[in-house]
Amino acid sequence: MLAVEGLTKSFGGFTAVAEVDLVVDPGAIHAVIGPNGAGKTTLFNLVTGVLAPSAGRLTFEGQDVTGWRADRITARGVARTFQNIRLFREMTAVENVMVGAHCRTSGGFLAAVARWPWRPSRAERATVRRAEALLELVGLAAKRDVAADELTLVEQRRLEIARALATEPRLLLLDEPAAGMTPTEIQDANRLIMKIRDRGVTVLLTEHHMSLVMQVSDRITVLNYGRKIAEGSPETVRRDAEVLAAYLGADA
Amino acid sequence: MLLQQVVNGVMLGSTYALIAIGYTLVFGVLHLVHLAHGEVFMIGAFIGLYVVLWTGGGVVPALVGALLGTALLGVLIELVAFRPIRARGGHFLAPMISTIGVGIVLQEVATRLFGSELVGFPHRLEPVTFRLGPLTVTSLQLLILGVALALMIALHVFVARTRLGMAMRATAENLLTARLLGINTTRIILLTFAIASALGGAAGVLVGLSFNAISPFMGIDMGVKGLAIMLIGGLGNIHGAMLGGMALGVIEVLSVAYLASSYRDAFAFAMMIAILLLRPQGLFGSAEAVESRV
Amino acid sequence: MIDPYTESVLIFLGINTVLALSLALPVSAGLLSLGQGGFMAIGAYASAALTTWYGAPFPLALAVGALLAALAGLAVGFPALRIKGVYLLILTMGFGEIVRIFFLNFEPTGAASGFGGIHQATTLTGVTVTVVVLLLFFAQIRGSRIGRALEALREDELAAEVMGIELTRLKLAAFGVGALIAGLGGALYAHYALFIDSAQFGFHRSAEIFIIVLLGGMGSFWGAVAGAAAVTLLPELLRVIQEWRMTFFGTLLVAMMIWRPWGLIGRPRPRLIPGTPDA
Repeated sequence: MLAVEGLTKSFGGFTAVAEVDLVVDPGAIHAVIGPNGAGKTTLFNLVTGVLAPSAGRLTFEGQDVTGWRADRITARGVARTFQNIRLFREMTAVENVMVGAHCRTSGGFLAAVARWPWRPSRAERATVRRAEALLELVGLAAKRDVAADELTLVEQRRLEIARALATEPRLLLLDEPAAGMTPTEIQDANRLIMKIRDRGVTVLLTEHHMSLVMQVSDRITVLNYGRKIAEGSPETVRRDAEVLAAYLGADA
Repeated sequence: MLLQQVVNGVMLGSTYALIAIGYTLVFGVLHLVHLAHGEVFMIGAFIGLYVVLWTGGGVVPALVGALLGTALLGVLIELVAFRPIRARGGHFLAPMISTIGVGIVLQEVATRLFGSELVGFPHRLEPVTFRLGPLTVTSLQLLILGVALALMIALHVFVARTRLGMAMRATAENLLTARLLGINTTRIILLTFAIASALGGAAGVLVGLSFNAISPFMGIDMGVKGLAIMLIGGLGNIHGAMLGGMALGVIEVLSVAYLASSYRDAFAFAMMIAILLLRPQGLFGSAEAVESRV
Repeated sequence: MIDPYTESVLIFLGINTVLALSLALPVSAGLLSLGQGGFMAIGAYASAALTTWYGAPFPLALAVGALLAALAGLAVGFPALRIKGVYLLILTMGFGEIVRIFFLNFEPTGAASGFGGIHQATTLTGVTVTVVVLLLFFAQIRGSRIGRALEALREDELAAEVMGIELTRLKLAAFGVGALIAGLGGALYAHYALFIDSAQFGFHRSAEIFIIVLLGGMGSFWGAVAGAAAVTLLPELLRVIQEWRMTFFGTLLVAMMIWRPWGLIGRPRPRLIPGTPDA
């Protein structure tokens, strides 16, 4: 589904991602792990078009999307959440999710005007319903009208997922979805990720919490200093000597 | 002929450079655009005028008066309009918006005090004309150029060679770190305002001398132009401001001489828009400043 | 019937409201403009030329003036796409100056002597209708797809783009429609003031419109109305304010930035100009 070939990103003299090759299979839950600074978030930024690669190629569902702008990649079917949560703080939960639906709906100023003032358009009502369904999926239905910055951290992470799902992606990138979570919350997160996969969305995630990664992933890629150092099933990776060396001292 | 026009342009450009440097200094240290700087420049011109009228003195007292007066004004502006905002923290455009208010107030007060008409600016110089080969320059022009260059050199030496100048540069790079290193950033900021405003005030006197007329409205025209120059040279870059100012002066003079253009004032903005389109960080600026998004 | 003086005040209130709304739109997307005076000038001069030289009917002149201003808005919007914050403010200021200098020198519309002899076509009814229509327009946008997109753009431009919003079109639209409304205001103004010159549309005008929007709380449409009311009516109520109008508003601006940067109306918000990193 997603093929990353020789992807490289340098900032001046510093190479954050160095010739990484990665293949994500459809329907998989694929994890990218590595110590801090290994280049995981930069990789995500490259895949989602936030950053342009210095070298390498990006192929999604057979189409070359290298260097595409972020909104085009999202429209093509790749969505993401952010490690440091970038919700639209003053908008409510449901409004945040509805923004996600932007690229799947249409209508500008004229459409906004061409309706009775007291009644949202049919398209708008459909968007609301879809957003509410997604909130239901992530367990935030009760917080529908709460401003995003008034939610708890865990609720915010779930809202980000709902918002990303509203773009109707076929590949969803989760950037440290379990950061700041207690073990119970991590189990809930695991379940949610499986539910997402069952809906037909392929998942690529990065995470430090090994419990989540080992339980949920089909395949793991390990990065260190911007390079891929190991790849395989959770068991394979767990035993890989190089991976252990990279993680010496760091564990979750 | 061409060389003459270029020389004239450099004269004009040096006053532009002085104003642009004022903006640049403040932006460099505080990362804010001092939108009242144009009015400070205008007030400087009027201070110079009144020094001349009241004391019967010549250019030097006028300059000194303007330098001191506007330095004081600059400090006052920082104390009244900027510091209280910084103390309350956070809103990054609030100080800049506040300078809009300050500028408006200064402008109206000046209009009330001095009327809205152009006022002549007398100088007591002998109108001596020098001939240097094919060039003709008057003593007045030499004076203006000389003062402007002297001020710019003094500034350069100050910033590059003195301890205070280094403290200023450190504060401009990173205020927090500078403070942690023991630099009294509060005083440095005041000093920056004083110097920037003084340069603006001096430019006011010089412009008054060279055009022989000042009005309370000169601040707005010059002010926005100064901003344009700062943008062209690169926000916060002193050399960019100097060169940009000189370049603009030359371009404007050439446009009047060869295009008979009454649109000369528009060149500054046309250049600015071109720069924004082609190289938003300015001629000497750094790209990261403009386009950091992640 | 109301006396002529009160009618005049109300008409200016209406025109100021139109202008305030013209800025409120781009501001609601996080795009700050100190150049609305320039768009206003284009609308004013274009419409005045049409009615005075060609005897065009006022509604047509209004529409053409507004459309030309909108085109200018798109033209200014293009360089504005990649720049933010301070740069955008300076760019729009520069644009305002270019327009002012242009009309100061453009002979056919009077250059420095200005353009006079415009016949009065702006009525209180006309202005009121315009304001009401605009407010309806903004209310419609509020709960709509594009309204959300604008708000998302203001809150976090990067996140908005990653969520699939095409920034270019949105920003251009915000700028263009804002300019259109400013042009409308300019046309209304010209056909009430009966004489226009470039000085009326310079930086002071843009700053005043900016102050109005600021007073009411950035980007809030009702705030724009409140701000326009404050700026237009306060000088009427207090003689001393009328005499020292700009000093009053300038001081008010400074005071507001110190104590109530979120506007006189409205509650404190986490960031005054969202979309920027918290300092």
